[in-house]
Amino acid sequence: MLTKRIIACMDVRDGQVVKGVQFQQLRHAGDPGELAERYNVEGIDEVVVLDITATIESRQALARTINAVARKIFLPLTVGGGIRSEEDAAAAVDAGADKVSLNTAALRNPDLITTLARRYGSQAVIVAIDAKRRGDGFAVYVRSGTSDAARDAVEWARAAESRGAGEILLTSMDRDGTRSGFDCEMTAAVANAVNIPVIASGGAGGLDHFADVFTRGHADAALAASIFHYADTSVTELKRYLRERNIPVRL
Amino acid sequence: MIALIDYGAGNLTSVRKALTSLGAEFATPASPSECARFSALIVPGVGNFAATGALVGPWRDAIGAAVRSGTPLFGICLGMQWLFEGSDEAPEVPGLGVLPGRVVRLKGNAEERLKIPHVGWNALQAPRGPTGSAPQEKGSAPHEAGLHGRILEGLAPGAHVYFTHSYAAPVTVDCVAETRHADTFSAVVERSNVFGVQFHPEKSSDTGLQIIRNFLEVTRGC
Repeated sequence: MLTKRIIACMDVRDGQVVKGVQFQQLRHAGDPGELAERYNVEGIDEVVVLDITATIESRQALARTINAVARKIFLPLTVGGGIRSEEDAAAAVDAGADKVSLNTAALRNPDLITTLARRYGSQAVIVAIDAKRRGDGFAVYVRSGTSDAARDAVEWARAAESRGAGEILLTSMDRDGTRSGFDCEMTAAVANAVNIPVIASGGAGGLDHFADVFTRGHADAALAASIFHYADTSVTELKRYLRERNIPVRL
Repeated sequence: MIALIDYGAGNLTSVRKALTSLGAEFATPASPSECARFSALIVPGVGNFAATGALVGPWRDAIGAAVRSGTPLFGICLGMQWLFEGSDEAPEVPGLGVLPGRVVRLKGNAEERLKIPHVGWNALQAPRGPTGSAPQEKGSAPHEAGLHGRILEGLAPGAHVYFTHSYAAPVTVDCVAETRHADTFSAVVERSNVFGVQFHPEKSSDTGLQIIRNFLEVTRGC
């Protein structure tokens, strides 16, 4: 049986993990390779490296980071943040990324989804959607959540799928950083509208939040960042909890 | 020295990294005539079966000849599908044809929310026999048989590996591990010196590395 995936996200700036790291647990503070290795031992299913600076200088640092992570773990590795062109995607893939995550660039230039899907296959192209509730719908935001894209998340997810996206990474801006749980209604709305896997993100705080998003939210995978750095919420513990609730996981 | 065949279907970085970490010596032959010099062949690949069209002709002939002379061959994902006679994904492109059978599209199941592509970690199980020959009774308990096959040495049924594909080979006599995602398909095949895996061992953590290690062991034995 296909298991529900648990994905760890590392926000990286100039080669260092910058968000949510309990530094004292690591020998070298915030080293992405070391953190990824620890996640691998704990049983993480996938790793996402998100470049949160995305400047020209940081691109070179990013390639080194991807390389360092890809050398240490043999798990699917996604790279996102500031991928605006086929060249940006190619640099990430050449450095060792299995998938690239497109956000603003996909909305601005949806042909990029198709171009990358043809070159690397749909399985390598994730479209990331940042959205917040508005009325009965879910408004999409771009440019790191600062700009209203005037699109609805469900409609955009469908369009992205038809363009060739292989997965949707859906982040609730309302829940992000709140630790109050995933937005299960929004996740279900998108998951029910597309035939490709949906990764839920934003709001992970407790073990029950993951169980909720896999059941009520119909998510295929759930992504979190800071929660996994706390000793009381290891990936192993989370997976045991989910298995006890008959949610299929890889243990 | 292992030949890693690069025919432009997907990125080989991950496969190279996995082989390097296991201490394997490998190179990418520039022309089909070089294949005979290698002690083993790996055909990786992701994407559409049409991409294997690049192998039709001299590459297919050279790889076929190497296999007939006993050289171990390991097909990964699209590379495993290519071992069969062909695929419904690109019916005009012939496979290598060293394994009987044809690759078909997975059906999925909307009611059970089993989506296509089949993306993620799923379990390897001992095959119950070729598809259709011994249908499993609904609700019956999973069988207890162990995994057999040189490529599966050291692995137990239920081991999880990472898949990402929409097409798969049926369970044939050459299947040594099957996986279920609405349909049951061949996850691992083995026939004398020919091996194939539908998933990505280079992305399947310790289980995947063990499978690659097993292939390297087979190679050493030749």
